[in-house]
Amino acid sequence: MERKVVYPQKLLPYLLVAPQIAITLVFFFWPAGQAIWMSTLLQDPLGFSVQFVGLENFEAVLKDPAYLATLQRTFLFSFGVTALAMVPALLLAVMVDRVVRGATAYRTILVIPYAIAPAVAGALWLFLFQPSIGTIAYPLRFLGIDWNPRIDGTDAMIVVVIASAWKQIGYNFLFFLAGLQSIPKSLLEAAAIDGATEVRRFWTIVFPLLSPTTFFLLVINITYAFFDTFGVIHAVTQGGPGKSTEVLIYKAWYDGLIAQDLGRSSAQAVILMVIVIGLTVIQFRYVERRVHY
Amino acid sequence: MTSPVLPSLKPGRHNLIPHLVVAVGIAITAFPLWVAFVASTLSNPEIAQAPMPLLPGNQAVANYGEALVQGGRSGRILTPPVWEMMLNSTVMALTIAVGKIIISILSAYAVVFFRFPFRMAFFWMIFITLMLPVEVRIVPTIQVITNLNMMNSYAGLTIPLIASATATLLFRQFFMTIPDELVEAAQIDGAGPMKFFRDIVLPLSVTNIAALFVILFLYGWNQYLWPLLIGTDARMQTIVIGMSKMIDSAGGPTDWNMVMATAILALLPPVLVVVLMQRWFVKGLVETEK
Repeated sequence: MERKVVYPQKLLPYLLVAPQIAITLVFFFWPAGQAIWMSTLLQDPLGFSVQFVGLENFEAVLKDPAYLATLQRTFLFSFGVTALAMVPALLLAVMVDRVVRGATAYRTILVIPYAIAPAVAGALWLFLFQPSIGTIAYPLRFLGIDWNPRIDGTDAMIVVVIASAWKQIGYNFLFFLAGLQSIPKSLLEAAAIDGATEVRRFWTIVFPLLSPTTFFLLVINITYAFFDTFGVIHAVTQGGPGKSTEVLIYKAWYDGLIAQDLGRSSAQAVILMVIVIGLTVIQFRYVERRVHY
Repeated sequence: MTSPVLPSLKPGRHNLIPHLVVAVGIAITAFPLWVAFVASTLSNPEIAQAPMPLLPGNQAVANYGEALVQGGRSGRILTPPVWEMMLNSTVMALTIAVGKIIISILSAYAVVFFRFPFRMAFFWMIFITLMLPVEVRIVPTIQVITNLNMMNSYAGLTIPLIASATATLLFRQFFMTIPDELVEAAQIDGAGPMKFFRDIVLPLSVTNIAALFVILFLYGWNQYLWPLLIGTDARMQTIVIGMSKMIDSAGGPTDWNMVMATAILALLPPVLVVVLMQRWFVKGLVETEK
């Protein structure tokens, strides 16, 4: 799509894009290029000599059992966050869609967690799950559950998954509700006249018509779980206990800045870049289809 | 269309299930916030006596006062006073939001209303930044910031985050819908490009700017990894970072009333922005994800 009527100035447009392009080059392209370049280098531990090693860092990373364990953990974490953020959101949207009255007030409250920083969300849930004093941990102990996210990896994972998902439910709810409200009521009425039960109407009409929204949210939530939950993990568990909540982003940060293993950390950064590019491409290709749809 | 034949499509008042489910959803959403608020009004011994009370205590003034003026305990040292960290967060959030809007609206205007060599190359360069979040280029970005002497400065905290593909895409999309007749009429009246921008384009963009502002304010205020990397000095700390440092991850004693008071102060500004500007917030969410 192009405009027909434009302004003829030659220099002005360059001045207008200059600030954005300058920032893009200095803070995005240059470091990203550096990351790619560094991923092919091997530095000795004292930093005296550097050697070009091609794809060896990638080989080392992808063969490292610790990395593969982190990869697997990240999938588990992302699956948990996505499911826990989307299923309740869909349920709530379906219910609010039927309530009609009060929908705006419900929306206001449900969307509040989305405004909260991931680290703060993490702190709120960590407090609830704090072994001796937490408001949720306390009854758990009464039920005989030996609960301690400081010591038990599974418990820690549960806390970071819940905190991350809690933040995202309101966002998914907004999009599901908008999707539900755009389904023509005549379709549902016709099905009701044909005697389809409510549950059947949901699975045969509503859910398929919601599938573009669902797919879009799936991509958004996976991206969120992969890249925007660093704050939750850093503030709540620091990747621990042991490595039980260490996800890819956390490991890349840890290996690069704390362990100072530049080559391998850069190789991890490049792998993450490929993942972001993949997710972004899926998102934009899909959106184009949604416009035609 | 309401029809008595189809009672199940328009549930009557007797149908309580939706209300119940929504009530449970809201309770789960609000519960952590309520408990955090209550804890911020209690003394530490009151919190430690499990189960913790679920109604506010009388320490609110003391706790918030101490947090704001003195700061909280972070291991053996104190964090800076929370008001200082809130100031840092405010500067960061506002500079990022306003900066992103300004440079994005200018570059979108250039890309849409002019024809010049490399126009689309510039556009794609801006677009590609979507695929290069800080998270995938941590170490080299720190090197660049260090070389430019921007560590522990407001410039370092904000300028590198000001590039915005999302905002540029949104403005570009909107500018495409401005009718050619309007541009022609302005040109016939002798309005140059900057006058057209100021008198026509900018006023037309107000709702888009408001929508973006809400989204970008949240983005700036809630940053975590960036201030962690760039604001290593205590006086450059944001409130979100400061709050997380008050939690002793080694399992040592944590002043939960201070942490929760700080958490409430950290979440209040973005929550207020979203609640007060809700119409624009929803518009911003929907538009920026297109």
